[in-house]
Amino acid sequence: MSASVDATPRRVVVVSAGLGKPSSTRMLADRLSAAVVAGLGDLGVAAEVETVELRDLAHPVVDAMLTGFASGELARVVDAISRADAVVAVSPVFTASYSGLFKSFVDVLDPDALTGVPVLLGATGGTARHSLALDHAFRPLFAYLRADVATTAVFAATDDWATGQDGVRDDVRPLGERISRAGRELARTVAARAPREVNDPFGDAPSFESLLG
Amino acid sequence: MQFGIFSVGDVTADPTTGRTPDDTERVRSMLTIARHADEAGLDVFATGEHHNPPFVPSSPTTMLGYLAGVTKNIVLSTSTTLITTNDPVKIAEDYAMLQVIADGRTDLMMGRGNTGPVYPWFGKDIRDGIDLAIENYALLRRLWTEDVVDWAGKFRTPLQGFTSTPRPLDGVAPFVWHGSIRSPEIAEQAAYYGDGFFHNNIFWPMSHTRQMVAYYRRRFEHHGHGRADQAIVGLGGQVFMRRNSQDAVREFRPYFDEAPVYGHGPSLEDFAAQTPLTVGSPQQVIDRYGAMRESVGDYQRQLFLMDHAGLPLKTVLEQIDILAEEVVPVLRRDAEAARPAHVPSGPPSHADLVARARGDVPTAASPEPAVPDGVDAEALR
Repeated sequence: MSASVDATPRRVVVVSAGLGKPSSTRMLADRLSAAVVAGLGDLGVAAEVETVELRDLAHPVVDAMLTGFASGELARVVDAISRADAVVAVSPVFTASYSGLFKSFVDVLDPDALTGVPVLLGATGGTARHSLALDHAFRPLFAYLRADVATTAVFAATDDWATGQDGVRDDVRPLGERISRAGRELARTVAARAPREVNDPFGDAPSFESLLG
Repeated sequence: MQFGIFSVGDVTADPTTGRTPDDTERVRSMLTIARHADEAGLDVFATGEHHNPPFVPSSPTTMLGYLAGVTKNIVLSTSTTLITTNDPVKIAEDYAMLQVIADGRTDLMMGRGNTGPVYPWFGKDIRDGIDLAIENYALLRRLWTEDVVDWAGKFRTPLQGFTSTPRPLDGVAPFVWHGSIRSPEIAEQAAYYGDGFFHNNIFWPMSHTRQMVAYYRRRFEHHGHGRADQAIVGLGGQVFMRRNSQDAVREFRPYFDEAPVYGHGPSLEDFAAQTPLTVGSPQQVIDRYGAMRESVGDYQRQLFLMDHAGLPLKTVLEQIDILAEEVVPVLRRDAEAARPAHVPSGPPSHADLVARARGDVPTAASPEPAVPDGVDAEALR
Protein backbone atom coordinates (compact mmCIF):
# COMPACT_ATOMS: atom_id res chain seq x y z
CA MET A 1 0.00 0.00 0.00
CA SER A 2 1.02 3.56 -0.61
CA ALA A 3 2.80 5.24 2.24
CA SER A 4 2.03 8.75 1.07
CA VAL A 5 0.58 10.89 3.81
CA ASP A 6 -2.38 13.10 3.04
CA ALA A 7 -2.62 15.81 5.63
CA THR A 8 -6.31 16.52 5.17
CA PRO A 9 -8.58 14.09 6.97
CA ARG A 10 -11.55 12.94 4.93
CA ARG A 11 -15.00 13.29 6.40
CA VAL A 12 -16.95 10.04 6.41
CA VAL A 13 -20.61 10.12 7.40
CA VAL A 14 -22.15 6.77 8.30
CA VAL A 15 -25.93 6.57 8.17
CA SER A 16 -27.66 3.69 9.92
CA ALA A 17 -31.40 3.24 9.48
CA GLY A 18 -31.75 0.37 11.94
CA LEU A 19 -34.71 0.68 14.26
CA GLY A 20 -33.75 -1.69 17.06
CA LYS A 21 -31.37 -0.95 19.89
CA PRO A 22 -29.08 -2.79 19.59
CA SER A 23 -29.47 -3.09 15.86
CA SER A 24 -27.79 -5.45 13.42
CA THR A 25 -27.93 -2.62 10.87
CA ARG A 26 -25.87 -0.47 13.22
CA MET A 27 -23.49 -3.40 13.75
CA LEU A 28 -22.97 -3.64 9.99
CA ALA A 29 -22.61 0.14 9.72
CA ASP A 30 -19.91 0.14 12.39
CA ARG A 31 -18.04 -2.74 10.72
CA LEU A 32 -18.18 -0.99 7.34
CA SER A 33 -17.10 2.27 8.93
CA ALA A 34 -14.10 0.60 10.57
CA ALA A 35 -13.18 -1.07 7.27
CA VAL A 36 -13.25 2.28 5.46
CA VAL A 37 -11.09 3.92 8.13
CA ALA A 38 -8.65 0.98 7.97
CA GLY A 39 -8.59 1.14 4.18
CA LEU A 40 -7.88 4.88 4.25
CA GLY A 41 -5.24 4.32 6.91
CA ASP A 42 -3.48 1.84 4.65
CA LEU A 43 -3.37 4.58 2.03
CA GLY A 44 -1.99 7.10 4.48
CA VAL A 45 -5.21 9.08 4.67
CA ALA A 46 -6.79 10.10 7.95
CA ALA A 47 -10.54 9.96 8.42
CA GLU A 48 -13.07 11.69 10.63
CA VAL A 49 -16.13 9.53 11.08
CA GLU A 50 -19.56 10.69 12.14
CA THR A 51 -22.19 8.02 12.62
CA VAL A 52 -25.84 8.98 12.41
CA GLU A 53 -28.70 6.87 13.75
CA LEU A 54 -31.78 7.78 11.77
CA ARG A 55 -33.99 6.46 14.55
CA ASP A 56 -33.01 9.48 16.61
CA LEU A 57 -34.02 11.75 13.75
CA ALA A 58 -37.27 10.03 12.79
CA HIS A 59 -39.59 12.78 14.01
CA PRO A 60 -37.49 15.65 12.62
CA VAL A 61 -37.37 13.82 9.26
CA VAL A 62 -41.17 13.71 9.08
CA ASP A 63 -41.38 17.32 10.27
CA ALA A 64 -38.99 18.34 7.51
CA MET A 65 -41.14 16.59 4.92
CA LEU A 66 -44.18 18.53 6.18
CA THR A 67 -42.61 21.94 6.74
CA GLY A 68 -40.09 21.93 3.90
CA PHE A 69 -37.05 22.65 6.03
CA ALA A 70 -34.78 20.62 8.28
CA SER A 71 -34.17 22.01 11.74
CA GLY A 72 -31.92 21.43 14.71
CA GLU A 73 -29.89 18.23 14.76
CA LEU A 74 -31.35 17.08 11.44
CA ALA A 75 -30.23 20.31 9.77
CA ARG A 76 -26.73 19.70 11.13
CA VAL A 77 -26.70 16.12 9.79
CA VAL A 78 -28.01 17.21 6.38
CA ASP A 79 -25.24 19.77 6.29
CA ALA A 80 -22.65 17.17 7.31
CA ILE A 81 -23.73 14.95 4.41
CA SER A 82 -23.43 17.80 1.95
CA ARG A 83 -19.84 18.28 3.14
CA ALA A 84 -18.90 14.58 3.39
CA ASP A 85 -16.04 13.08 1.39
CA ALA A 86 -17.72 9.69 1.65
CA VAL A 87 -20.98 8.26 2.90
CA VAL A 88 -21.70 4.79 4.23
CA ALA A 89 -25.44 4.16 4.00
CA VAL A 90 -26.98 1.12 5.66
CA SER A 91 -30.63 0.19 5.93
CA PRO A 92 -32.56 -2.88 6.90
CA VAL A 93 -34.53 -4.42 4.05
CA PHE A 94 -38.22 -3.86 4.76
CA THR A 95 -40.82 -5.18 2.31
CA ALA A 96 -38.37 -5.76 -0.54
CA SER A 97 -36.55 -2.41 -0.23
CA TYR A 98 -34.79 0.09 2.03
CA SER A 99 -36.85 1.19 4.99
CA GLY A 100 -39.29 4.07 4.70
CA LEU A 101 -37.31 6.07 7.23
CA PHE A 102 -34.15 5.60 5.16
CA LYS A 103 -35.88 6.83 2.00
CA SER A 104 -37.52 9.73 3.83
CA PHE A 105 -34.13 10.83 5.10
CA VAL A 106 -32.71 10.67 1.60
CA ASP A 107 -35.70 12.70 0.39
CA VAL A 108 -34.84 15.44 2.87
CA LEU A 109 -31.29 15.78 1.53
CA ASP A 110 -30.51 18.43 -1.03
CA PRO A 111 -30.84 16.79 -4.46
CA ASP A 112 -27.18 17.58 -5.16
CA ALA A 113 -25.85 16.59 -1.74
CA LEU A 114 -24.46 13.27 -2.97
CA THR A 115 -23.53 14.18 -6.53
CA GLY A 116 -20.17 12.55 -7.23
CA VAL A 117 -19.74 11.50 -3.61
CA PRO A 118 -18.30 8.02 -2.98
CA VAL A 119 -20.98 5.92 -1.28
CA LEU A 120 -20.80 2.47 0.23
CA LEU A 121 -24.10 0.65 0.55
CA GLY A 122 -25.04 -1.91 3.13
CA ALA A 123 -28.24 -3.74 4.00
CA THR A 124 -29.44 -6.20 6.56
CA GLY A 125 -32.21 -8.76 6.44
CA GLY A 126 -33.45 -11.99 7.86
CA THR A 127 -32.12 -14.19 5.08
CA ALA A 128 -29.81 -13.86 2.11
CA ARG A 129 -32.86 -14.10 -0.17
CA HIS A 130 -33.27 -10.32 0.33
CA SER A 131 -29.74 -9.49 -0.74
CA LEU A 132 -30.61 -8.34 -4.26
CA ALA A 133 -32.54 -5.43 -2.73
CA LEU A 134 -29.14 -3.71 -2.73
CA ASP A 135 -28.94 -3.90 -6.50
CA HIS A 136 -32.62 -3.54 -7.36
CA ALA A 137 -33.58 -0.79 -4.90
CA PHE A 138 -30.56 0.88 -3.25
CA ARG A 139 -28.39 1.30 -6.33
CA PRO A 140 -31.01 2.98 -8.54
CA LEU A 141 -31.79 5.44 -5.73
CA PHE A 142 -28.16 6.46 -5.45
CA ALA A 143 -27.67 6.41 -9.21
CA TYR A 144 -30.49 8.96 -9.42
CA LEU A 145 -28.61 11.10 -6.90
CA ARG A 146 -25.48 10.74 -9.07
CA ALA A 147 -23.50 9.26 -6.19
CA ASP A 148 -20.32 7.34 -6.97
CA VAL A 149 -21.44 3.99 -5.53
CA ALA A 150 -18.77 1.42 -4.66
CA THR A 151 -18.93 -1.75 -6.72
CA THR A 152 -19.15 -3.92 -3.65
CA ALA A 153 -22.22 -3.47 -1.49
CA VAL A 154 -22.56 -5.58 1.62
CA PHE A 155 -25.60 -7.54 2.68
CA ALA A 156 -25.65 -9.10 6.12
CA ALA A 157 -28.28 -11.79 6.75
CA THR A 158 -28.93 -12.99 10.26
CA ASP A 159 -26.92 -16.09 9.54
CA ASP A 160 -23.88 -14.07 8.53
CA TRP A 161 -23.40 -12.94 12.11
CA ALA A 162 -22.73 -16.59 13.01
CA THR A 163 -19.85 -16.63 10.59
CA GLY A 164 -16.43 -15.66 11.79
CA GLN A 165 -13.56 -14.23 9.81
CA ASP A 166 -12.53 -17.82 9.14
CA GLY A 167 -15.82 -18.53 7.45
CA VAL A 168 -17.39 -21.33 9.37
CA ARG A 169 -20.60 -21.22 7.38
CA ASP A 170 -19.90 -19.17 4.24
CA ASP A 171 -16.35 -20.16 3.48
CA VAL A 172 -16.48 -18.63 -0.01
CA ARG A 173 -17.27 -15.03 0.93
CA PRO A 174 -17.63 -14.62 4.68
CA LEU A 175 -19.13 -11.34 5.92
CA GLY A 176 -15.86 -10.08 7.34
CA GLU A 177 -14.10 -10.51 4.04
CA ARG A 178 -16.85 -8.76 2.12
CA ILE A 179 -16.75 -5.87 4.59
CA SER A 180 -12.99 -5.51 4.25
CA ARG A 181 -13.18 -5.58 0.50
CA ALA A 182 -15.93 -2.95 0.44
CA GLY A 183 -13.96 -0.76 2.84
CA ARG A 184 -10.84 -0.98 0.68
CA GLU A 185 -12.79 -0.11 -2.45
CA LEU A 186 -14.39 2.96 -0.94
CA ALA A 187 -11.09 4.03 0.60
CA ARG A 188 -9.31 3.83 -2.75
CA THR A 189 -11.95 6.01 -4.38
CA VAL A 190 -11.87 8.57 -1.57
CA ALA A 191 -8.08 8.69 -1.38
CA ALA A 192 -7.78 9.19 -5.13
CA ARG A 193 -9.61 12.49 -5.05
CA ALA A 194 -9.08 15.83 -3.39
CA PRO A 195 -11.05 16.67 -0.27
CA ARG A 196 -14.53 17.84 -1.14
CA GLU A 197 -15.02 21.52 -1.68
CA VAL A 198 -18.32 22.73 -0.38
CA ASN A 199 -20.37 24.93 -2.66
CA ASP A 200 -21.59 28.21 -1.32
CA PRO A 201 -24.98 28.72 -2.97
CA PHE A 202 -24.49 32.46 -2.74
CA GLY A 203 -20.91 32.29 -3.95
CA ASP A 204 -22.07 30.48 -7.08
CA ALA A 205 -25.03 32.73 -7.79
CA PRO A 206 -24.83 34.10 -11.31
CA SER A 207 -24.42 37.80 -11.87
CA PHE A 208 -27.44 39.55 -13.28
CA GLU A 209 -25.71 40.23 -16.57
CA SER A 210 -25.43 36.48 -17.18
CA LEU A 211 -29.04 35.97 -16.08
CA LEU A 212 -30.24 38.49 -18.65
CA GLY A 213 -28.43 36.43 -21.26
CA MET B 1 -40.92 51.52 9.11
CA GLN B 2 -44.07 50.02 7.68
CA PHE B 3 -46.16 47.36 9.36
CA GLY B 4 -48.98 45.51 7.71
CA ILE B 5 -50.61 42.22 6.91
CA PHE B 6 -50.43 39.84 4.00
CA SER B 7 -53.01 37.25 3.08
CA VAL B 8 -52.73 33.96 1.27
CA GLY B 9 -56.50 33.88 0.86
CA ASP B 10 -56.89 30.23 1.80
CA VAL B 11 -60.31 28.70 2.29
CA THR B 12 -59.79 26.44 5.28
CA ALA B 13 -62.28 24.81 7.62
CA ASP B 14 -62.28 26.20 11.14
CA PRO B 15 -60.99 23.12 13.00
CA THR B 16 -62.86 24.09 16.15
CA THR B 17 -66.26 24.16 14.45
CA GLY B 18 -65.76 22.23 11.22
CA ARG B 19 -67.30 25.14 9.33
CA THR B 20 -65.81 26.11 5.94
CA PRO B 21 -66.61 29.48 4.37
CA ASP B 22 -67.48 29.49 0.67
CA ASP B 23 -65.39 31.44 -1.81
CA THR B 24 -67.69 34.45 -1.76
CA GLU B 25 -67.56 34.69 2.01
CA ARG B 26 -63.78 34.36 1.99
CA VAL B 27 -63.32 37.11 -0.60
CA ARG B 28 -65.61 39.40 1.41
CA SER B 29 -63.67 38.56 4.58
CA MET B 30 -60.48 39.64 2.88
CA LEU B 31 -62.09 42.96 1.98
CA THR B 32 -63.30 43.43 5.55
CA ILE B 33 -59.86 42.57 6.89
CA ALA B 34 -58.14 45.06 4.59
CA ARG B 35 -60.58 47.85 5.47
CA HIS B 36 -60.16 47.07 9.15
CA ALA B 37 -56.38 47.16 8.83
CA ASP B 38 -56.67 50.61 7.24
CA GLU B 39 -58.97 51.88 9.98
CA ALA B 40 -56.70 50.42 12.67
CA GLY B 41 -53.78 52.36 11.23
CA LEU B 42 -51.68 49.60 9.74
CA ASP B 43 -49.51 50.65 6.81
CA VAL B 44 -49.86 47.83 4.27
CA PHE B 45 -52.34 45.27 3.02
CA ALA B 46 -51.00 42.73 0.55
CA THR B 47 -52.87 39.93 -1.14
CA GLY B 48 -51.46 36.79 -2.66
CA GLU B 49 -52.26 35.61 -6.17
CA HIS B 50 -53.36 32.03 -6.66
CA HIS B 51 -55.02 30.06 -9.41
CA ASN B 52 -56.03 26.92 -7.60
CA PRO B 53 -58.33 26.01 -4.73
CA PRO B 54 -58.38 26.35 -1.77
CA PHE B 55 -57.17 29.88 -2.52
CA VAL B 56 -59.54 32.63 -3.69
CA PRO B 57 -57.45 35.66 -4.68
CA SER B 58 -56.95 35.03 -8.40
CA SER B 59 -57.52 38.63 -9.44
CA PRO B 60 -55.55 40.96 -7.15
CA THR B 61 -56.05 44.24 -9.01
CA THR B 62 -59.84 43.81 -8.96
CA MET B 63 -59.68 43.40 -5.20
CA LEU B 64 -57.10 46.14 -4.63
CA GLY B 65 -58.91 48.51 -6.98
CA TYR B 66 -62.04 48.20 -4.86
CA LEU B 67 -60.01 48.63 -1.71
CA ALA B 68 -58.39 51.74 -3.13
CA GLY B 69 -61.86 53.28 -3.19
CA VAL B 70 -62.90 52.33 0.32
CA THR B 71 -59.65 52.79 2.27
CA LYS B 72 -57.81 55.99 3.14
CA ASN B 73 -54.17 55.52 4.00
CA ILE B 74 -53.12 51.92 3.71
CA VAL B 75 -50.66 50.95 0.97
CA LEU B 76 -52.16 48.25 -1.26
CA SER B 77 -49.72 45.62 -2.38
CA THR B 78 -49.32 42.00 -3.43
CA SER B 79 -47.64 38.97 -1.97
CA THR B 80 -46.99 38.00 -4.66
CA THR B 81 -47.80 38.91 -8.26
CA LEU B 82 -46.85 36.00 -10.48
CA ILE B 83 -44.20 37.36 -12.81
CA THR B 84 -43.80 33.91 -14.38
CA THR B 85 -47.24 32.89 -15.54
CA ASN B 86 -48.85 36.30 -16.01
CA ASP B 87 -48.26 38.16 -19.24
CA PRO B 88 -45.95 41.05 -18.32
CA VAL B 89 -47.98 43.27 -20.63
CA LYS B 90 -51.11 42.58 -18.57
CA ILE B 91 -49.21 43.21 -15.33
CA ALA B 92 -47.99 46.55 -16.71
CA GLU B 93 -51.54 47.54 -17.66
CA ASP B 94 -53.31 46.24 -14.57
CA TYR B 95 -50.93 47.69 -12.01
CA ALA B 96 -50.58 51.04 -13.76
CA MET B 97 -54.39 51.19 -13.74
CA LEU B 98 -54.41 50.30 -10.05
CA GLN B 99 -51.72 52.87 -9.35
CA VAL B 100 -53.76 55.60 -11.04
CA ILE B 101 -56.99 54.57 -9.31
CA ALA B 102 -55.25 54.34 -5.91
CA ASP B 103 -53.52 57.67 -6.55
CA GLY B 104 -50.15 56.08 -5.98
CA ARG B 105 -51.07 54.29 -2.76
CA THR B 106 -49.82 50.98 -4.12
CA ASP B 107 -46.75 48.90 -4.80
CA LEU B 108 -46.33 45.26 -5.74
CA MET B 109 -44.18 42.24 -5.12
CA MET B 110 -42.99 39.87 -7.80
CA GLY B 111 -42.94 36.16 -7.12
CA ARG B 112 -42.57 33.02 -9.17
CA GLY B 113 -45.24 30.79 -7.65
CA ASN B 114 -44.47 27.29 -6.51
CA THR B 115 -47.55 25.38 -7.63
CA GLY B 116 -46.41 23.12 -10.44
CA PRO B 117 -49.65 22.78 -12.46
CA VAL B 118 -50.26 26.55 -12.56
CA TYR B 119 -47.42 26.87 -15.04
CA PRO B 120 -48.84 24.53 -17.69
CA TRP B 121 -52.34 25.92 -17.10
CA PHE B 122 -50.93 29.25 -18.26
CA GLY B 123 -48.82 27.72 -21.01
CA LYS B 124 -45.53 27.83 -19.13
CA ASP B 125 -43.02 25.38 -17.67
CA ILE B 126 -41.97 25.59 -14.01
CA ARG B 127 -38.43 24.66 -15.02
CA ASP B 128 -38.26 28.02 -16.77
CA GLY B 129 -39.28 29.80 -13.55
CA ILE B 130 -36.15 31.88 -13.07
CA ASP B 131 -35.79 32.67 -16.77
CA LEU B 132 -39.43 33.74 -16.93
CA ALA B 133 -38.99 35.98 -13.92
CA ILE B 134 -35.94 37.63 -15.45
CA GLU B 135 -37.29 38.16 -18.95
CA ASN B 136 -40.82 39.13 -17.97
CA TYR B 137 -39.69 41.64 -15.41
CA ALA B 138 -37.19 43.24 -17.78
CA LEU B 139 -40.07 43.75 -20.23
CA LEU B 140 -42.43 44.98 -17.51
CA ARG B 141 -39.99 47.73 -16.53
CA ARG B 142 -39.63 48.84 -20.11
CA LEU B 143 -43.40 48.97 -20.54
CA TRP B 144 -43.62 51.31 -17.55
CA THR B 145 -40.63 53.50 -18.34
CA GLU B 146 -40.74 53.72 -22.17
CA ASP B 147 -43.76 55.11 -23.99
CA VAL B 148 -43.27 52.99 -27.10
CA VAL B 149 -41.72 49.56 -26.85
CA ASP B 150 -40.24 47.32 -29.53
CA TRP B 151 -39.43 44.02 -27.93
CA ALA B 152 -38.67 40.40 -28.75
CA GLY B 153 -37.89 37.64 -26.27
CA LYS B 154 -38.20 33.97 -25.61
CA PHE B 155 -41.48 33.62 -23.77
CA ARG B 156 -44.09 35.89 -25.35
CA THR B 157 -45.04 37.14 -28.76
CA PRO B 158 -42.92 40.10 -29.91
CA LEU B 159 -44.11 43.68 -29.56
CA GLN B 160 -43.72 46.34 -32.22
CA GLY B 161 -44.68 49.90 -31.42
CA PHE B 162 -46.57 48.88 -28.30
CA THR B 163 -47.66 51.40 -25.67
CA SER B 164 -48.97 50.14 -22.34
CA THR B 165 -51.80 52.27 -21.01
CA PRO B 166 -52.59 53.97 -18.77
CA ARG B 167 -49.12 55.43 -18.46
CA PRO B 168 -47.94 55.21 -14.84
CA LEU B 169 -49.12 57.93 -12.47
CA ASP B 170 -46.92 61.04 -12.80
CA GLY B 171 -44.73 59.07 -15.19
CA VAL B 172 -43.32 57.00 -12.35
CA ALA B 173 -43.65 53.22 -12.11
CA PRO B 174 -44.91 51.72 -8.85
CA PHE B 175 -42.26 50.53 -6.43
CA VAL B 176 -41.48 46.84 -6.87
CA TRP B 177 -40.41 44.19 -4.41
CA HIS B 178 -39.08 40.78 -5.35
CA GLY B 179 -40.02 37.92 -3.07
CA SER B 180 -38.03 34.75 -2.88
CA ILE B 181 -37.41 32.17 -0.21
CA ARG B 182 -34.27 30.52 -1.46
CA SER B 183 -33.23 31.62 -4.94
CA PRO B 184 -30.16 33.85 -4.92
CA GLU B 185 -31.00 34.76 -8.54
CA ILE B 186 -34.07 36.66 -7.37
CA ALA B 187 -32.16 38.47 -4.62
CA GLU B 188 -29.68 39.35 -7.36
CA GLN B 189 -32.49 40.61 -9.58
CA ALA B 190 -33.85 42.85 -6.81
CA ALA B 191 -30.35 44.15 -6.13
CA TYR B 192 -29.61 44.80 -9.79
CA TYR B 193 -32.63 47.05 -10.23
CA GLY B 194 -32.38 48.64 -6.81
CA ASP B 195 -35.83 47.23 -6.04
CA GLY B 196 -36.97 45.91 -2.67
CA PHE B 197 -36.34 42.36 -1.50
CA PHE B 198 -38.92 40.55 0.58
CA HIS B 199 -38.34 37.31 2.42
CA ASN B 200 -41.47 35.40 3.33
CA ASN B 201 -39.58 34.23 6.41
CA ILE B 202 -42.51 32.54 8.13
CA PHE B 203 -41.85 28.93 7.23
CA TRP B 204 -38.08 29.12 7.47
CA PRO B 205 -35.44 29.30 10.15
CA MET B 206 -34.04 32.78 10.67
CA SER B 207 -30.53 31.62 9.75
CA HIS B 208 -31.75 31.10 6.20
CA THR B 209 -33.54 34.44 5.95
CA ARG B 210 -30.47 36.20 7.29
CA GLN B 211 -28.29 34.63 4.56
CA MET B 212 -30.64 35.66 1.75
CA VAL B 213 -31.04 39.22 3.00
CA ALA B 214 -27.29 39.63 3.53
CA TYR B 215 -26.70 38.48 -0.03
CA TYR B 216 -29.26 40.93 -1.41
CA ARG B 217 -27.71 43.77 0.57
CA ARG B 218 -24.20 42.97 -0.71
CA ARG B 219 -25.40 42.86 -4.29
CA PHE B 220 -27.46 46.06 -3.88
CA GLU B 221 -24.28 47.86 -2.96
CA HIS B 222 -22.34 46.10 -5.72
CA HIS B 223 -24.81 47.37 -8.31
CA GLY B 224 -24.37 50.91 -7.09
CA HIS B 225 -27.71 51.75 -5.56
CA GLY B 226 -26.34 52.80 -2.20
CA ARG B 227 -24.80 51.18 0.80
CA ALA B 228 -25.77 47.65 1.74
CA ASP B 229 -27.60 48.91 4.80
CA GLN B 230 -29.70 51.21 2.60
CA ALA B 231 -31.20 48.36 0.60
CA ILE B 232 -34.97 47.99 0.93
CA VAL B 233 -35.83 44.87 2.90
CA GLY B 234 -39.18 43.38 3.90
CA LEU B 235 -39.95 40.37 6.04
CA GLY B 236 -42.96 38.19 6.62
CA GLY B 237 -44.07 37.19 10.07
CA GLN B 238 -46.71 35.21 11.83
CA VAL B 239 -48.21 35.86 15.24
CA PHE B 240 -51.19 35.08 17.39
CA MET B 241 -51.73 37.18 20.48
CA ARG B 242 -53.80 37.33 23.62
CA ARG B 243 -53.15 39.40 26.70
CA ASN B 244 -52.24 36.22 28.55
CA SER B 245 -49.79 34.10 26.58
CA GLN B 246 -51.31 30.82 27.81
CA ASP B 247 -54.65 31.88 26.35
CA ALA B 248 -52.99 32.61 23.02
CA VAL B 249 -51.40 29.18 22.90
CA ARG B 250 -54.60 27.40 23.92
CA GLU B 251 -56.71 29.26 21.36
CA PHE B 252 -54.28 29.02 18.46
CA ARG B 253 -53.15 25.41 18.92
CA PRO B 254 -56.04 23.72 17.08
CA TYR B 255 -55.53 26.07 14.13
CA PHE B 256 -51.81 25.37 14.15
CA ASP B 257 -52.26 21.62 14.43
CA GLU B 258 -54.61 21.51 11.42
CA ALA B 259 -52.99 24.29 9.37
CA PRO B 260 -52.60 23.47 5.67
CA VAL B 261 -48.90 24.25 5.48
CA TYR B 262 -47.37 22.79 8.62
CA GLY B 263 -50.22 20.96 10.35
CA HIS B 264 -49.63 17.47 11.67
CA GLY B 265 -45.90 18.16 11.61
CA PRO B 266 -43.82 19.71 14.37
CA SER B 267 -45.43 20.85 17.60
CA LEU B 268 -46.47 24.48 17.93
CA GLU B 269 -43.66 24.93 20.46
CA ASP B 270 -40.99 23.46 18.15
CA PHE B 271 -42.20 25.40 15.12
CA ALA B 272 -42.33 28.62 17.13
CA ALA B 273 -38.74 28.01 18.22
CA GLN B 274 -37.56 27.23 14.68
CA THR B 275 -39.41 29.96 12.76
CA PRO B 276 -40.63 33.50 13.50
CA LEU B 277 -44.08 32.19 14.52
CA THR B 278 -44.84 33.81 17.85
CA VAL B 279 -47.88 32.77 19.87
CA GLY B 280 -48.22 34.64 23.11
CA SER B 281 -48.64 38.08 24.63
CA PRO B 282 -48.17 41.33 22.69
CA GLN B 283 -44.95 41.84 24.64
CA GLN B 284 -43.59 38.50 23.39
CA VAL B 285 -44.31 39.60 19.83
CA ILE B 286 -42.61 42.93 20.47
CA ASP B 287 -39.55 41.16 21.86
CA ARG B 288 -39.32 38.68 18.99
CA TYR B 289 -39.92 41.07 16.10
CA GLY B 290 -38.01 43.92 17.68
CA ALA B 291 -34.99 41.65 17.51
CA MET B 292 -35.36 40.84 13.79
CA ARG B 293 -33.17 43.80 12.90
CA GLU B 294 -30.32 42.06 14.68
CA SER B 295 -30.52 39.32 12.04
CA VAL B 296 -31.28 41.25 8.87
CA GLY B 297 -30.34 44.84 9.68
CA ASP B 298 -32.68 47.82 9.81
CA TYR B 299 -35.50 46.98 7.45
CA GLN B 300 -38.40 48.82 5.95
CA ARG B 301 -41.48 46.61 5.94
CA GLN B 302 -42.84 43.93 8.24
CA LEU B 303 -45.93 42.03 7.11
CA PHE B 304 -47.85 39.59 9.28
CA LEU B 305 -49.89 36.60 8.20
CA MET B 306 -53.09 36.81 10.25
CA ASP B 307 -56.06 35.41 8.32
CA HIS B 308 -55.29 31.81 7.61
CA ALA B 309 -55.78 28.24 8.77
CA GLY B 310 -59.52 28.75 9.27
CA LEU B 311 -59.31 31.48 11.92
CA PRO B 312 -62.73 33.16 12.16
CA LEU B 313 -63.09 36.68 10.81
CA LYS B 314 -63.91 38.06 14.25
CA THR B 315 -60.67 36.65 15.65
CA VAL B 316 -58.65 38.04 12.77
CA LEU B 317 -60.08 41.52 13.31
CA GLU B 318 -59.22 41.28 17.02
CA GLN B 319 -55.68 40.27 16.10
CA ILE B 320 -55.37 43.29 13.82
CA ASP B 321 -56.51 45.54 16.68
CA ILE B 322 -53.97 44.08 19.10
CA LEU B 323 -51.26 44.40 16.48
CA ALA B 324 -52.13 47.99 15.63
CA GLU B 325 -52.75 49.20 19.19
CA GLU B 326 -50.24 47.35 21.32
CA VAL B 327 -47.46 46.03 19.11
CA VAL B 328 -46.84 48.27 16.13
CA PRO B 329 -46.49 51.57 18.04
CA VAL B 330 -43.74 50.05 20.18
CA LEU B 331 -41.98 48.30 17.30
CA ARG B 332 -42.15 51.47 15.23
CA ARG B 333 -40.79 53.65 18.00
CA ASP B 334 -37.94 51.25 18.73
CA ALA B 335 -37.10 50.78 15.04
CA GLU B 336 -37.00 54.52 14.48
CA ALA B 337 -34.80 55.03 17.55
CA ALA B 338 -32.36 52.36 16.39
CA ARG B 339 -32.23 53.28 12.70
CA PRO B 340 -29.21 55.30 11.55
CA ALA B 341 -30.16 58.49 9.73
CA HIS B 342 -28.80 57.35 6.35
CA VAL B 343 -31.01 54.22 6.30
CA PRO B 344 -34.46 54.73 4.74
CA SER B 345 -37.25 54.43 7.24
CA GLY B 346 -39.64 52.82 4.77
CA PRO B 347 -39.73 51.82 1.13
CA PRO B 348 -40.12 54.78 -1.23
CA SER B 349 -43.67 56.08 -1.49
CA HIS B 350 -45.11 57.34 -4.75
CA ALA B 351 -44.29 60.90 -3.70
CA ASP B 352 -40.69 59.86 -2.98
CA LEU B 353 -40.39 58.25 -6.40
CA VAL B 354 -41.80 61.31 -8.13
CA ALA B 355 -39.41 63.59 -6.26
CA ARG B 356 -36.54 61.32 -7.12
CA ALA B 357 -37.50 61.22 -10.79
CA ARG B 358 -37.52 65.02 -10.84
CA GLY B 359 -34.13 65.08 -9.19
CA ASP B 360 -35.51 66.93 -6.14
CA VAL B 361 -33.82 64.68 -3.62
CA PRO B 362 -30.52 62.89 -3.39
CA THR B 363 -31.04 59.21 -3.95
CA ALA B 364 -30.15 56.46 -1.58
CA ALA B 365 -31.59 53.94 -3.98
CA SER B 366 -31.74 55.11 -7.57
CA PRO B 367 -34.67 53.63 -9.48
CA GLU B 368 -32.49 53.18 -12.54
CA PRO B 369 -30.12 50.22 -12.61
CA ALA B 370 -26.49 51.09 -12.50
CA VAL B 371 -24.76 49.59 -15.47
CA PRO B 372 -21.61 47.73 -14.50
CA ASP B 373 -18.34 48.58 -16.19
CA GLY B 374 -17.77 46.87 -19.48
CA VAL B 375 -21.42 46.07 -20.06
CA ASP B 376 -23.27 47.64 -22.94
CA ALA B 377 -26.25 49.41 -21.40
CA GLU B 378 -28.39 48.88 -24.46
CA ALA B 379 -27.69 45.17 -24.45
CA LEU B 380 -29.29 44.95 -21.04
CA ARG B 381 -32.51 46.60 -22.06
